[in-house]
Amino acid sequence: MTEPGLHVRLRQQGPIPLDAALECAPGEVLALVGPSGSGKTSILRAIAGLLQVGEGSIRINGDTWFDANQTINLPARRRRVGYVFQSYALFPHLSALHNVMEALLEYPPAERERRAREALSRVRLAGLEERLPRNLSGGQQQRVAVARALAREPKVLLLDEPFSAVDRATRQRLYRELAELRRELAMPVILVTHDLDEALMLADRLCVLHQGRTLQSGEPCAVMTRPESVEVAQLVGLRNVFRAGVLCHDESRGMTTIEWRGHRLEARLQPAFAPGMQVTWAIPQGHIVLHRRDRPSRGERENPVSGPVIECIALGENVALTVAVNGPDRPPLFLNIPAHVARRNDIAAGVEIGLSLLADGIHLMPADDSRTPAKPR
Amino acid sequence: MDWSALKLSFELAAWTVLILLPVGIGVGRLLAVRQFRGKAWVEALLALPLVLPPTVLGFYLLVAMGGDSTVGRLYESLVGRTLVFNFEGLLVASVIFNLPFAIQPIQRGFEAIAPEVRDAAACCGLSAWRTLWRIELPLAWSGLLSAVVLTFAHTLGEFGVVLMVGGNIPGETQTIAIAIYDRVQAFDHAGAGIMSAALLLISLIAIGAAYFASSHAQARRHD
Repeated sequence: MTEPGLHVRLRQQGPIPLDAALECAPGEVLALVGPSGSGKTSILRAIAGLLQVGEGSIRINGDTWFDANQTINLPARRRRVGYVFQSYALFPHLSALHNVMEALLEYPPAERERRAREALSRVRLAGLEERLPRNLSGGQQQRVAVARALAREPKVLLLDEPFSAVDRATRQRLYRELAELRRELAMPVILVTHDLDEALMLADRLCVLHQGRTLQSGEPCAVMTRPESVEVAQLVGLRNVFRAGVLCHDESRGMTTIEWRGHRLEARLQPAFAPGMQVTWAIPQGHIVLHRRDRPSRGERENPVSGPVIECIALGENVALTVAVNGPDRPPLFLNIPAHVARRNDIAAGVEIGLSLLADGIHLMPADDSRTPAKPR
Repeated sequence: MDWSALKLSFELAAWTVLILLPVGIGVGRLLAVRQFRGKAWVEALLALPLVLPPTVLGFYLLVAMGGDSTVGRLYESLVGRTLVFNFEGLLVASVIFNLPFAIQPIQRGFEAIAPEVRDAAACCGLSAWRTLWRIELPLAWSGLLSAVVLTFAHTLGEFGVVLMVGGNIPGETQTIAIAIYDRVQAFDHAGAGIMSAALLLISLIAIGAAYFASSHAQARRHD
């Protein structure tokens, strides 16, 4: 049976512990997200054949590249992967054109050059073919690396933090270019990043990794707003994570009610958690609404809470607020608001503010993390 | 000027370089790229000629290759003459004595190549030979050049090992360094002076070229 796409299972105890399972369909961009040392690059290297793993298998469109049980392990040069390295790893002594031509050795020289020129013009580098990598900007080097990776018509494209070595303006431009380019790509694409916004912008699916384990995969938005565990919640940067008790479910209204610090909060219906259970709940900052002082609105009836601002930090066009709810010694709520909203509402440290916790954003998780224990390395 | 001694020295230096260059590439690359048990010991052993007095090394080589040794007897039975006090013996000694001068610069040259560049070559589908020929050797060329120059210049100037293993047979094993010593012993300071000046000039040009090439390569890297 031929399964289209990339199917990866990797397991080993050491030297780099791995316990990863991931799938990536043709044309799909899967972002591997996790902190430094979470094994993202190791997984990429294992797929490319640059790192041999103790157990598992790697299959692409029905072909087996690696299978520990059948002792199959195709060398990197026979796997047909396009790999864009974090540092681009261009051949420093070869021109942009010859960098790409090296990936096209299976063709006769004339064809090789024609294809390389075509690949470079596809990434808008026509006219710069003869330049050496050191005479290209960071963004241009990245494009040569992409052209070289795609020139071989790889079965899978691997991108290892491809935007980390360029300045912010270039990065924004490269995002747009990759977003355009990916529409033409028919192979599975794996993007390693530690930047969640990057994953949100470019990926179809997100896979969260920690200490070599794949914790959760799914649509980026779903993973980031509905993590399966506290561990994932922390890894995707959710800061508002609290304990609560489940009170009841109201299926007709599609609501689950929880009790948090004496407040009855209504959440999206999540019947997997029985009444009486202790749960952990989280809310993304985008689902916390600030009550306006001058013009109260109907929305303020939705899970209202209040408390003094204990910290107010200006972060460019936004202001990061820390709000103490039900006492200063309990974990506070965090939210970002635009700077002009903060100014208009005279928000500063010590000011009492009202907030609504939108029911749709309240997400319940098991109270303890025993299902996914964090093993120290 | 003792032209036969100079010619012999050049021949010895050229053969030594010719033999040690592929050895240096093979061993230097292995030491640069692979990690294995006992690597430090191998490196220490290869560096030994740097710290060992040349006469000590020469003495052991004389014992190992002499007429009483297995190697010496085998060579004599095959070729019909002794290994020591002949050009071939001189060459074997020179090759062993120059191992660190050939291997170390090449090893440093390979070590300076970012590992991702090798990985990228593999992902581009390049064979091991193609990677060596097209990617690694051009990137490690200043190390190769240093190895060639150092080995060549060092062989020209070698005295102790050559004297121990080759003796001092004019036209056969008398190199220029030994010829200079001979002239001084015979109070021919003018002859010794000319040959010393020639050796000084050759060494200066060689080492100058190596430094120029490596600083040029470095400047290009930092462009």
